[in-house]
Amino acid sequence: MYVATKGGEAAIENSHALIAEERRGDPAVPELEAAQIREQLGGAVDRVMTEGSLYDPDLAALAIKQAQGDLVEAIFLLRAFRTTLPRFGASAPIDTGAMTIRRRISAAFKDLPGGQVLGPTYDYTHRLLDFTLAARGETPPVAPEEDATDAAMPRVADILGHEGLIEPETPPPGPEQPYDLTREPMQFPAGRDQRLQNLFRGDEGFLLALGYSTQRGYGRNHPFAGEIRMGTVQVEFTPEELGFPIALGEIEVTECQMVNQFKGAKGIAPQFTRGYGLAFGQAERKTMGMALVDRALRADELAEDRLHPPQDEEFVLSHSDNVEASGFVSHLKLPHYVDFQSELVMLRGMRASAEAMQKEAAE
Amino acid sequence: MSTLQPAGSGAQFHSIDGVYNFAYLDEQTKRMIRRALLKAVAIPGYQVPFGGREMPVAYGWGTGGMQVTASILGVDDVLKVIDQGADDTTNAVSIRRFFNRTAGVPVTEATTEATVIQTRHRIPEKTLREDQVIVYQVPMPEPLRKLEPRETETRKMHAFAEYGLMQVKLYEDISRHGEITTTYDYPVEVNARYMMAPSPIPKFDNPKMHAMPALQLFGAGREKRIYAIPPYTKVRSLDFNDYPFEPQQFEDPCALCDAKGVFLDEVILDDKGDHMFVCSDSDHCRDRRAEGHMGPRAREAAEKGYGADE
Repeated sequence: MYVATKGGEAAIENSHALIAEERRGDPAVPELEAAQIREQLGGAVDRVMTEGSLYDPDLAALAIKQAQGDLVEAIFLLRAFRTTLPRFGASAPIDTGAMTIRRRISAAFKDLPGGQVLGPTYDYTHRLLDFTLAARGETPPVAPEEDATDAAMPRVADILGHEGLIEPETPPPGPEQPYDLTREPMQFPAGRDQRLQNLFRGDEGFLLALGYSTQRGYGRNHPFAGEIRMGTVQVEFTPEELGFPIALGEIEVTECQMVNQFKGAKGIAPQFTRGYGLAFGQAERKTMGMALVDRALRADELAEDRLHPPQDEEFVLSHSDNVEASGFVSHLKLPHYVDFQSELVMLRGMRASAEAMQKEAAE
Repeated sequence: MSTLQPAGSGAQFHSIDGVYNFAYLDEQTKRMIRRALLKAVAIPGYQVPFGGREMPVAYGWGTGGMQVTASILGVDDVLKVIDQGADDTTNAVSIRRFFNRTAGVPVTEATTEATVIQTRHRIPEKTLREDQVIVYQVPMPEPLRKLEPRETETRKMHAFAEYGLMQVKLYEDISRHGEITTTYDYPVEVNARYMMAPSPIPKFDNPKMHAMPALQLFGAGREKRIYAIPPYTKVRSLDFNDYPFEPQQFEDPCALCDAKGVFLDEVILDDKGDHMFVCSDSDHCRDRRAEGHMGPRAREAAEKGYGADE
């Protein structure tokens, strides 16, 4: 007899109970605390903060715990929280030139003012599983004391800028308030502020793959990692009633300045051009992908042929957001009975008339 | 049949532990959305870009409709949510619970009792009234998107009412298949001006949009667009003089309530291909059965002495 797909209410309740149980796992194993995630899974926390576009390590850690380590789901949770927060203004632009540096490298110069600072990186580790980590109670070797480098660390792009070898980075004309993607819908053509916001929030894997494709010839513009720097910067805000900036706190960021060849065009002298990447925390893969894509998207501005996906603003910006993408892809799981029924009705009709025509032809 | 559930705990303008505002969205956001709605009503069928917010449900699962509903909902409203015409589909249940929790408004399954109806993929069979608002969840607001992927291009096409591309598509359908093969999300022309995507309702429902007494609002969350059809507005499904628009027709009546001229779902009964057709609008079907109508399956079951549907 007919059993309808009813009982949505009970099914949802049961499903929620099941995920809660799954999340906890074997109760014999101690429960993970959000603080442990914050302290020991920093890479995940940084990614969730960046793509969730909310700088809050505790909430990001909570989201990761709640999402069972599914980072796109955690990003979604953080976004859905962020959206309810009131916005009281825009901070002053952060000054990455005044960054308290933990890591700073340039692939363009062997040595430069301030020097190369390797800092914490997996770059030169051998990717061998370390079984001592599997044993409990691991005490890490004492890290050498980090010298707070007081040395001035001018940005590489600024050094090149003195000679006019690289395009200057000047704020675009227009209103001083930056575009806010979380308050206004996307517009095309997009300003660079809108584009960089979109890329900042964009999926790391998507940007990595697109950036990689530019290196393999799809929108090639030969890049150098001019500089990657990571450390803390101060966030300042000027309340209207005070009229002068006050420090809100410090955030950790990674910044990548790609330096790209450019042969010049009508009215533009040959010079190096830039692609820019920025992310919360330690996120070099993300910022490098972002910088490559940012540069590729400047094709129109620099009179380059726009032939490949990474150069196509509507294509890149419309599909970079993993909360949007996973939402729309996953909505295919929702019932589509009505549409499917409509297609069935038509298909049967078309098959019937085709059959009738064949029969007629045979007679 | 009344299925009215009284106001939930959130009726005090504060809900979810007092953390979130009435109906989840903050008042500033609601005002922004209402401004977009006013513009949409003033220019029927025109897609108004709006600062769509992230919602605590996934994009593609009704975030646009929910933002519209949240912005128009008042404490006196009675909400009905359907998906595929039914109140008991999982996502409809989920959205109804969301508003019952965050706004605490009473919810109902009865079309006649509701003041606001949020829907995905259907228009109820009962004619809607002037004092009702229907909110459609929209996945792809741009009717031309499948023909032209670029927003910059499609906006121009709307500005110049340059809709030849769609006419050509429909013409090619006819020359290839002898008929227009679009069966849902069938494009319409609103108020003799804008081409509009009716959302993926079956083309069966398209005629109900024409001159509907209720206000029709459309929310696309991921694409951040809102549009509207004011009451009693002309809505024409695109067609040709010699190939007039034809909605789907079902040969059999509803197996449970015997309704004809309604949209039917096909329900597979066993693995031998036995199936029956039942109303997609679950409220309409329940009402008819309560009035004593009996479809062939229901009659058969009654004769054998057991209920057909439970």
